[in-house]
Amino acid sequence: MNAIETAGLSRRYRRVWALRDCTLAIPAGRVVALVGPNGAGKTTLLNLAVGLTTPTEGTVTVLDGRPAGSAQARSGIAFVAQDAPLYPNLSVADTLHLTRNLNLRWDQKRAASRLAELAIPLDRKVGKLSGGQQAQLALTLAVARLPELVILDEPLARLDPLARHDFMASLMAAVAEDGLSVLFSSHVVAELERVADYLIVLSRGRLQVAGPVDDLVAGHRVLTGPAAETDLFNERLAPLHVQRAGAQAHLMVRMDAAAAIPAGWTSTPVGLEELVLAYLREPDATVLPGPATLNRVAS
Amino acid sequence: MNGGTGESSGPSPIAFRLEPGSGVPTYLQLVQQVEQALRLGYLEPGDQLPRVKDVVGSLAINPNTVLKAYRELEHRGLAGGRPGQGTFVEGTLGRVGLPQQTELRRALTGWMRTATDAGLDPDGMAALFTAALRDFTDSAQDESAQGHPVRPSRRPARPGRRDEAEGVA
Repeated sequence: MNAIETAGLSRRYRRVWALRDCTLAIPAGRVVALVGPNGAGKTTLLNLAVGLTTPTEGTVTVLDGRPAGSAQARSGIAFVAQDAPLYPNLSVADTLHLTRNLNLRWDQKRAASRLAELAIPLDRKVGKLSGGQQAQLALTLAVARLPELVILDEPLARLDPLARHDFMASLMAAVAEDGLSVLFSSHVVAELERVADYLIVLSRGRLQVAGPVDDLVAGHRVLTGPAAETDLFNERLAPLHVQRAGAQAHLMVRMDAAAAIPAGWTSTPVGLEELVLAYLREPDATVLPGPATLNRVAS
Repeated sequence: MNGGTGESSGPSPIAFRLEPGSGVPTYLQLVQQVEQALRLGYLEPGDQLPRVKDVVGSLAINPNTVLKAYRELEHRGLAGGRPGQGTFVEGTLGRVGLPQQTELRRALTGWMRTATDAGLDPDGMAALFTAALRDFTDSAQDESAQGHPVRPSRRPARPGRRDEAEGVA
């Protein structure tokens, strides 16, 4: 089963393509990080998956083929928009009451016990909560709807490091308990490695990288050796990123640990952050498993 | 969900911690900490490993990472899952006896003296040792001992061998 599937998904705002020709199949049960620079199309992709935006071209379905935005799709998805919009003048208790009455599925006991665990007072006005507490409240509301897929737009952007940690801990606990699928966008690349097991990189409205984190990390190495021999590799391995000094060069290449390398060179594993940064620096490089023919269209 | 790491929550005698900058994959850090706890006697057969939900709720890591670590421990014969209950320690790690450790250490100290005489500083020794250990484990793993021994092992050295490594550090 796929949590999200898109085919040739594109969205144009007036004359600008916010997202172009995006073909994806994200398996269910994953924690998916969506990264990319500002304006890369992250929010557009999320809004399309939720059904807040309609595609200009292509299709998007969620939770095993339900058309995005349809009633069946909406009942299975919880969406937390950027900055976790809540009503600042309502109390926490009133916010729960409101959300409970606006939703068909709702687990009141669960919501109340989560807020108690987090020591968020029910009588406090939402506007008086800290940023971290507001984010946790939004997550509580999302999870209490008993969704199969939670989509979060930049949930970490305005949180301090401790609040980020606690928020992610809560989210991961929900994943462990309910087997949720999660899709969240972020530009905090450093913290993704612990949390995400599936990575999507968007760049300038195009899909650049999509795949399981383990496969991506295992499929890339940094080779270090004499700079004079770099040209040898340029042809053979088409390095993704070359860092070259007078005598020494570091090449990030697509190869696994078992690949043989010449004497005088060492091969070291890459971290997820290093890998993401390398791709963000080279917007034309792609790793896209699946229907490979779609990758290079009109490039 | 207090996010705290110091409080003992859950039924396990141990709690995990992470070293983000170590370069060791998260699941391997968990595996190594269980092995270490077994060697040091914090864990014994029959003990429960921390529940996935507890680990995830305190370290903010992906549940699949914990599951992967526990699968690896099962694969190494050190732990086993009990449906509906959790994962429990099933194996032991042969601890190297103290006399044997002393002997190994003495041999290494002798080597270090030779290395110092040859002009190697401690960092140089560590680098040389690490490289030699890597080749050693690689050649033990590759039954066909041909080709370039340059592949750094993606798996860590096997438990018995890492004792030697720790003797140096």
